Amino acid sequence: MSVGDYIRNSQIWKSVFRHPAPTDRRNRVVVMLTNFFLHLHPVSIKQQGIALSYTWCMGGITFFLFLVETITGVLLMFYYRPTLEWAFYDIQALRDVQTLGIMREIHRWAAHAMVITVWLHMYRVFLTGSYKPPREFNWVIGVLLLVLTLLLSFTGYLLPWDQLAIWAITVGSNMAKATPGLGTEGPGFQLFNTSGYELITNASDAKFLLLGGRFVGEATLNRFYILHCVAIPLVVSGLIAIHFWRVRKDGGISQPL
Amino acid sequence: MLNSHPDLTASVLIGLGWYYLILFAMNMWWTVRSFKHDGEFRNGVPKAAFWSVVTSLLLMTSAYHFTYPPDGFLIQMPLWFKDFFNAYFSNPVLYFLLTIVGLVFMIAAREWWIKPTVAWTLLNLSLLFMGLSLTDYDFRQIVGKPDNVPIVAMLFIVAFFTWIYFTRAVDNDRRIAEGRPLFEQEDNEKVLVWPDLVYTELICMVVLTAVLIFWGIALQAPLEEPASSMKTPNPSKAPWYFLGLQEMLVYFDPWLAGVVLPSIILGGLIAVPYIDFNKRGNGYYSFRERSFAVTTYLFGFLPLWVALIVLGTFLRGPNWNFFGIYEYWDVHKVEAATNKNLSQFFWENLGGIPKGSGPSDILLRESPGILLVIGYFAALPPLLGLTVLRTYFARMGVIRFLVFSNLILWMAILPIKMLLRWSFSLKYIVGIPEYFFNI
Repeated sequence: MSVGDYIRNSQIWKSVFRHPAPTDRRNRVVVMLTNFFLHLHPVSIKQQGIALSYTWCMGGITFFLFLVETITGVLLMFYYRPTLEWAFYDIQALRDVQTLGIMREIHRWAAHAMVITVWLHMYRVFLTGSYKPPREFNWVIGVLLLVLTLLLSFTGYLLPWDQLAIWAITVGSNMAKATPGLGTEGPGFQLFNTSGYELITNASDAKFLLLGGRFVGEATLNRFYILHCVAIPLVVSGLIAIHFWRVRKDGGISQPL
Repeated sequence: MLNSHPDLTASVLIGLGWYYLILFAMNMWWTVRSFKHDGEFRNGVPKAAFWSVVTSLLLMTSAYHFTYPPDGFLIQMPLWFKDFFNAYFSNPVLYFLLTIVGLVFMIAAREWWIKPTVAWTLLNLSLLFMGLSLTDYDFRQIVGKPDNVPIVAMLFIVAFFTWIYFTRAVDNDRRIAEGRPLFEQEDNEKVLVWPDLVYTELICMVVLTAVLIFWGIALQAPLEEPASSMKTPNPSKAPWYFLGLQEMLVYFDPWLAGVVLPSIILGGLIAVPYIDFNKRGNGYYSFRERSFAVTTYLFGFLPLWVALIVLGTFLRGPNWNFFGIYEYWDVHKVEAATNKNLSQFFWENLGGIPKGSGPSDILLRESPGILLVIGYFAALPPLLGLTVLRTYFARMGVIRFLVFSNLILWMAILPIKMLLRWSFSLKYIVGIPEYFFNI
């Protein structure tokens, strides 16, 4: 009996993998049903539905990039302190000193790539008409995931706390103060302000809500850090789960009816 | 004397050497492929002969770069071309119109440019243009920024997938016309996910990980000076994926460009499956069966999203002025802006009332613009529904049609405002700065 067979016949191995190696048809079916990570998939699937020239693999790549972002992001969180005193210098140290500083490069490039792959996934889904019934609602969830991907990238943009970061966020968040009704430089906020009592001021408008202050400062850094590392990823994870679930429940990967 | 803005340095030459070496390898593969696939020209010369000449020229170009040729013997983008390009292609009007022309051409001539040889030639030409442009200092300053590299890559990737789409769509359109089964319906047996899908996914993950690590080593993530609220950079740019929205600020106030229009884009995207009543084209590539939907989406994605991002990233410099791709980003470049509101046109130019003595009541002053906007969003949809889009109206019902037509009208306001700005220097259709209400 070879070492490999010995290991595969041990109680430990069998407690983890509850079936023989997927080398015959029966076990290839069983592995899909019993493995937690694989059970996202169906057991069998139409050949053209998984052809790369059909799917472009962009949804899967996006999900993989999300996992890469999670792993590198958690590693970066061990180093990075979101304070005015340390934020910039921690990133600088990641670049110049820290052994695994390349995690920051991978995190940033994977983030850019993820924005692009989300667009391409949406492009493919539109061009194959895969949003049509019965998949309408999954398209809606997809649009929400697109927005959240952009917000994840936007909130992460601030964290290095360099010139590029704060001015990009300043330009982006200046839009918020033009929100109709809710921003002090947008139309209609006067409706909320009666003489003597002002509801919408530059200390209470939409921009203030976004930044936690009148301009991009320490409160903003903290706010964006929490949004970037905790709040948005939680929501995204939930929506991804629903998105995948609905792919299966709405008839699997799209194919001609 | 040392040139502070050198077009070519030793490291650029080596980089270009590698660049042409990659082009060589690509065309080597293509030569072999065309030898296997395409057989012979009519006069007996294999098609591969032409490509083998191209391939060997590329290899020589690559080797030439590695030998550090002396000044005067360098392969460079000719100066006259750069001057010509900067002089005639350095304005947003031409840029935007060309993207529209490109889209129309792409759709109209789809059966021509999807042919493998044509598409491959186009790819080679664009890569050659890119390689030659890289010999320009100012071009490298913009394109070579680490954050901008993904955008350049995105251009090629989007072009590639658009090509895939049209190839598959044209094929399926032909099949439908001839009554044959769709491409997706042929050889479409069920296969087991293990191994057919899980192995694809595994290989995909390995390749992606390798790409990301290589990318991370090759390109350092940008880190500028520590943040300072005192030093405003010029230009100040939003993250690159929002630069299309920032470009809209040229034509609209922030409340429209930054808040309302993005919300409408998202609302419109969400509404897509509920307003597209066309039951055909579900789950396969096709163009003819859903030409309106696809054209609208391509128009929104390519000229209005991707092209505006490219415009905002590569072509907008200090003070948000437009710069040609070979142009130095001069902070002191001045562009005259004497834009007028519609109300000024109406009361002063049409009504003959001297400047400053028009109606003092805001609503009266802006009434032409307000009527125009109300007419556009309220009167145009029913009008369209009863005339041009009658069939749509009949099939969609009232609510669906009103949502649909308003979304289309919202989509059109950016090009409309652009055209008005360029042809009449129109600033605002409705201009009530007193209440920040400018359209």
